[in-house]
Amino acid sequence: MPQTYFTKDHEWVRLEADGLVTVGITDHAQEALGDIVFVELPESGRSVAKGEACAVVESVKAASDVYAPLTGTVAEQNAALTDDPALVNKSAEAEGWFFRLRLADPAAVSTLMDLGAYKEYLAGL
Amino acid sequence: MNWQDELTRLDAADAFVARHIGPREAEIAAMLQEVGAVSLDDLIAQTVPETIRSNAALALPPAIDEAAVLRELRGFAAENVVKHSLIGMGYHGTITPPVVLRNVLENPGWYTAYTPYQAEIAQGRLEAILNFQTAICDLTGMAIANASLLDEATAAAEAVAMAHGLHRQNLTTIAVARDVHPQTRAVIATRAWPMGWRIVDVAPGDVAAIAAAGAFALVLNYPGSTGAVRDLRPEIEAVQAAGGFAVVCADLLALTLLTPPGEMGADMVVGSAQRFGVPMGFGGPHAGYFATKDAYKRQMPGRLVGVSVDAAGRPAMRLALQTREQHIRREKATSNLCTAQVLLAVIAGFYAVWHGPEGLKRIARRVNLLARLLGDAAVRAGFRLRHDAFFDTIALDAGDGAEALVRRAAEAGFNVRRIDASGVGIALDETVTREDFAKLLGVLGAEPVAACESIPESLQRQSAFCDASVFTTHHSETAMLRYLKKLEDKDIALNRSMIPLGSCTMKLNASAEMAAITWPEFADIHPFAPDDQTVGFRKLIARLAEFLQAVTGFAGVSLQPNSGAQGEYAGLLAIRAYHEARGEGDRNICLIPSSAHGTNPASAAMAGYKVVVVACDKLGNVELADLRDKIATHGHNIAALMITYPSTHGVFETEIRDICRAVHEVGGQVYMDGANMNAQVGLTSPAAIGADVCHLNLHKTFCIPHGGGGPGVGPIGVAAHLLPHLPNHPLCVAAGPATGFGPVAAAPFGSALILPIPYAYIRMMGPDGITRATKVAILNANYVAARLGPHYPILYRGAQGRVAHECIIDCRGFAATTGVQVEDIAKRLADYGFHAPTMSWPVAGTLMIEPTESEDRAEIDRFCDAMISIAGEIGKIADQSWSQSDNPLKNAPHTAAELMGEWSHAYSRAEAAFALPFVAAAKYWPPVKRVDNVYGDRNLMCSCAPLEAYAEAAE
Repeated sequence: MPQTYFTKDHEWVRLEADGLVTVGITDHAQEALGDIVFVELPESGRSVAKGEACAVVESVKAASDVYAPLTGTVAEQNAALTDDPALVNKSAEAEGWFFRLRLADPAAVSTLMDLGAYKEYLAGL
Repeated sequence: MNWQDELTRLDAADAFVARHIGPREAEIAAMLQEVGAVSLDDLIAQTVPETIRSNAALALPPAIDEAAVLRELRGFAAENVVKHSLIGMGYHGTITPPVVLRNVLENPGWYTAYTPYQAEIAQGRLEAILNFQTAICDLTGMAIANASLLDEATAAAEAVAMAHGLHRQNLTTIAVARDVHPQTRAVIATRAWPMGWRIVDVAPGDVAAIAAAGAFALVLNYPGSTGAVRDLRPEIEAVQAAGGFAVVCADLLALTLLTPPGEMGADMVVGSAQRFGVPMGFGGPHAGYFATKDAYKRQMPGRLVGVSVDAAGRPAMRLALQTREQHIRREKATSNLCTAQVLLAVIAGFYAVWHGPEGLKRIARRVNLLARLLGDAAVRAGFRLRHDAFFDTIALDAGDGAEALVRRAAEAGFNVRRIDASGVGIALDETVTREDFAKLLGVLGAEPVAACESIPESLQRQSAFCDASVFTTHHSETAMLRYLKKLEDKDIALNRSMIPLGSCTMKLNASAEMAAITWPEFADIHPFAPDDQTVGFRKLIARLAEFLQAVTGFAGVSLQPNSGAQGEYAGLLAIRAYHEARGEGDRNICLIPSSAHGTNPASAAMAGYKVVVVACDKLGNVELADLRDKIATHGHNIAALMITYPSTHGVFETEIRDICRAVHEVGGQVYMDGANMNAQVGLTSPAAIGADVCHLNLHKTFCIPHGGGGPGVGPIGVAAHLLPHLPNHPLCVAAGPATGFGPVAAAPFGSALILPIPYAYIRMMGPDGITRATKVAILNANYVAARLGPHYPILYRGAQGRVAHECIIDCRGFAATTGVQVEDIAKRLADYGFHAPTMSWPVAGTLMIEPTESEDRAEIDRFCDAMISIAGEIGKIADQSWSQSDNPLKNAPHTAAELMGEWSHAYSRAEAAFALPFVAAAKYWPPVKRVDNVYGDRNLMCSCAPLEAYAEAAE
């Protein structure tokens, strides 16, 4: 069972068997944004620093930056989102993933929130 | 009474005041009673803090009536000299088709409309803008074009900024060809200054220089400023090979005959649509256009009309991709642009509809033939032509005879361009008659024998343009007249009902105020005409500037900015220049309250400032403690605070002076956003609250109509210490101080043609009338608050329970029990014949209502009755008479077609369409049901042809 972590910017980060992490926005985030019409993703090979804006997600009323949850290199982007951004609404935490990262420091994932901590964080908003 | 006094009374010099202000005396008394105030002055005392009240009368001349102001304006007009300007430089004589002049430019159904944010009641102008976008795409050969920008030079500067955002290296150089119009280069230079970009001037066609420049953008003119036409492909390829982007400023009429820049690989094509039927008007207003490749559409500045579908699945238009814009993305927006030049874009679009592709080509070929004949005659007269390839402009080398040639032209009634010591430019246009042409030949002193060649075969346009059916259908005047009427009838403008848009000040645009803008003595003046021909214009501008100084309390005013947002940009640059002049150029922080208009942070970003947001408290006021924290943190790095007053929440903050003082203590400047100036005029002023600079929206407070999203004028007023840092203009000494930072707009005095409107307003109101207007605006808003208060929570009030000139009603409470969102209320208002108030701004889920002083009690009552009736409808959902999914709000607006069809709703047809008696008496039929924004943004279509494809699909 792969372990999933969360950020305060409402992103999820799943540690995969191959050592990469998959990043997307949470169901809570897609709900708040409403119908998503566009997603801009970072190109493979781009180095990103933790907290750097590296993707954009837009609904008809809002535009949000998506930040790199941790430092690393982009290994893959979810090309399916370019044609069908609504995937993020349908399946934010599975098919609607944004990109995969090769972390500079794989151990850093443990600095993020786990599901329990994220739920507690949401409750406090 | 002696006869003199009696005559004065009967003269009624201030008669216009009661025409401009809606409520009659008796109504004002009744409304005061309703709001619980004993007099207007009592209400004002409870509304405007004593500490900032100015009790002295405004230093304005006494009111005069409509006939008198028209005489005065004719006096200014008589001091202008109308010569036939053949100067070119992006401004050309043009014939506004009379059917468009009379039925669009002079028709309040078009000029009083607002920006089409409420798509369902704006389908007419949305279609008109779509025509414009389609014509621009076709003519430039680009994939997508926006709904207009402020002018050609601004559009070029926006393209440069966009190129910087797109390029992947760390480049800071802009290459500008030497034959780009000088005003375009100057506006780009202004934009480059706070960003630290530098300009490298390159010779036309110098591919090696472009390759060596390492530029992120290359700017070219097509044709060149003095008329030369050349193949741009090598230059475009050179900049792209180096990782930069090619920006081409192109002449629309030339593009009917020339290979379009899009086919040469240009990345952005920009320019002016002026010569498509919009008068020169001493420089503006005109629609700048902006087109780009499909790949860059999300980085494009400005508004964009797109085709979507409505709730019934039929094609319907609305503004697309709004997330690029400042009201959503703030300092990260693609541009600060808000008001553009919609009315002028609409006119240019109709010019293309009226003439069609064949008509446009005929006009272009005629102009081109005249230029070729003139070129031949010039050579026979012994002049040398500087360019072999040209479209409508010939550049003569007259040796030491240039001055004499210019003088002979002037004597014959023509302004021509003195290019340099020996060069003279003559730009032909569609207004040149056979008689004019004969006179021009006389000036040259030779007759043509055969037209010379002008456009090399490789640059002759092969591709079709404007082939959508709208451009080939309306070519008889009857057909055109009815097309214009059909579109107009789809929309709600001020000639139909009140437009209660908070922050937008949709007041009367009086007929007398509008009269002068089509007089030839104002309309047919070239912005670079010799000074002795523009005396009247400059006198009018100087007097208007004096009036605005009186209103703002400031020492100087620049009328150059073409919109409020451009005013913000200009004002912040004045502040930047001031700090730099004092050796404090490293100040880089701009404090902006969270409640600010989106244009504020977007403008701050353009001025090179980092935005630091200041929190607002529950009452919508700036949180003083947070402000002091931010000041303590950033101290001497603070360049400016931008603040709207009264606040964007419609409240006069009592602490405004303390706020300004705190910023001044650390050497910062205070910029006041003048969007809410309609609540200040005559009662207080930007200077009185402690600001250093402000902009005014002459299209809000001073009666220039909104035109469906422009034109606007956004002059800035400044305190004495900022006077040396106002904008200026390289081609006009009178436009600003020699020490100024440069121009923000293409024309020295911006949109000069529409300045007679605020001039006439201020003259007809006088100091007492204009102050009374402010008071009644505040009364009207408090009256709305009093009537709606029992039905909707009023969100913000001042210290004594008063709102300023607008009020915010909270609609968030309905969702939990009824499912009703604020948008449902907004759309339902269309069924009652009203344009919705400002929605979800400055607070999500609310409506902000600004009635203005011009609405009388009866109309305000109708609007309030509609709102109260809607509250009753929400009640029926709450008590489960209607379901949360099938009720008149969720299904709003209702079209006639829908009511005639099968009806299976829980409410009746009459409840849907004739909910109150006054609605049935003059029914407005929404032409479409609710427009699907999501569909439109997921399936972006921004030109005409697809609309018809949609229609076919729906059948």
